[in-house]
Amino acid sequence: MIAMALCINSDVTFARVETNGAVMVETDTIETRLRALMLAALDGDAVAYRTLLAELSRHLRPYFTRRLHAAHSSHAEDLVQETLLAVHSRRMTYDRDRPFTAWLHAVAHHKFVDHIRRHAIRPTVQLDDDAPIFARDESEDAAARMDVDTVLQTVSPRTGALIRQVKVEGASIAEAAKAAGMTETAAKVSIHRGLKALTARFAGGRDDR
Amino acid sequence: MTDDLIARLSADVRPVRRGLMWQLLIGALVVGGIIATIAMYMMLGLREDIATAPTTMIFWTKSFYTFALAVLGFCATIVLARPDGRTRWPWIAAIGLGVLLAIGAAMQLMIMPADQTMHLIVGGSSLVCPFYIVGLSLPVLAAVMLVLRRMAPARATLAGLAAGLFAGGTGAWVYTFHCGENGMMFLTLWYTLGILVVAALGALIGRFALRW
Repeated sequence: MIAMALCINSDVTFARVETNGAVMVETDTIETRLRALMLAALDGDAVAYRTLLAELSRHLRPYFTRRLHAAHSSHAEDLVQETLLAVHSRRMTYDRDRPFTAWLHAVAHHKFVDHIRRHAIRPTVQLDDDAPIFARDESEDAAARMDVDTVLQTVSPRTGALIRQVKVEGASIAEAAKAAGMTETAAKVSIHRGLKALTARFAGGRDDR
Repeated sequence: MTDDLIARLSADVRPVRRGLMWQLLIGALVVGGIIATIAMYMMLGLREDIATAPTTMIFWTKSFYTFALAVLGFCATIVLARPDGRTRWPWIAAIGLGVLLAIGAAMQLMIMPADQTMHLIVGGSSLVCPFYIVGLSLPVLAAVMLVLRRMAPARATLAGLAAGLFAGGTGAWVYTFHCGENGMMFLTLWYTLGILVVAALGALIGRFALRW
């Protein structure tokens, strides 16, 4: 049986056809590996800790870069360092019985919000957009893109175009609104309603925000 | 640059004990609680009828109410001290407890003769009670804030509120050993007021002190 899931939570909105849960498995491997490293680090294993921090910085760099306008991309490195420092000084708040990636995501998200507030930077995404750090980037996935086409045909053409530009191609709301000849607010509302309708239709009525 | 940082941090990795957050918060409670108890004993003194008071229902009602609020505050604090911590039940339980007490207090007022009403509501110390509770809570609040600063509360104000409820409940519990009031409505109004002031104070302090 084919289950179709529309993932609104990601930077890239895509519908994906999951036949065997391959995506889940991939995320789980990262979780398993990082968690094992973290548990060893909490027991005082310096080598495991070093490996962990190095791997985290590799994941965090693109995560922050994606969230900043090109003009502020130099902040990404600061944010990586701030996050690593927070991971270090507040590692006692990680509950060993819970997923490590969720904890790390909370720390990184907190640091990001704090940083952009302090520096009065405009982020490229909504602050409550909780795109996972370790999600596989499937924007290149041809199959996923075809699913997007199929799914977007179920909303009005104008809404579909707006969602495609903003959520798939990465245009700003302002650009998309201009292209569609509507105000930014109207574009936002249109996108929001469109996504909500799609979520209701393809996620069995479950609204994950 | 980042590599240097990683090298430095990993050179400095000391083991973290399991349940360290528990130990730190309980430690803060013990230290703050002892200071509050000494302050209560030296400056206010035990209630004169301390030997017979434990045979009365109201003594245990006061003790349970304040202790339960402290426990609920602790439960909220330890969850909210984590970056991904979210909790709602301690707040609901605390409000439920207050409502329950208010209902009991209203029933007591209806049962007791009318000339007792003022005594049960205002007693003889309603003007000072909330102040003493706030004062006795401060050592606990300070100690809890200090350890919370080492943790990672994502929502600083809310975590401060939880710490305030924790400290306020504890301070009020210590105060019950001094306070000789017998009215349930007295407890409902003035104890709750004192604890709420501490909770609000905690939220205010937390908002600034618990940023990271």
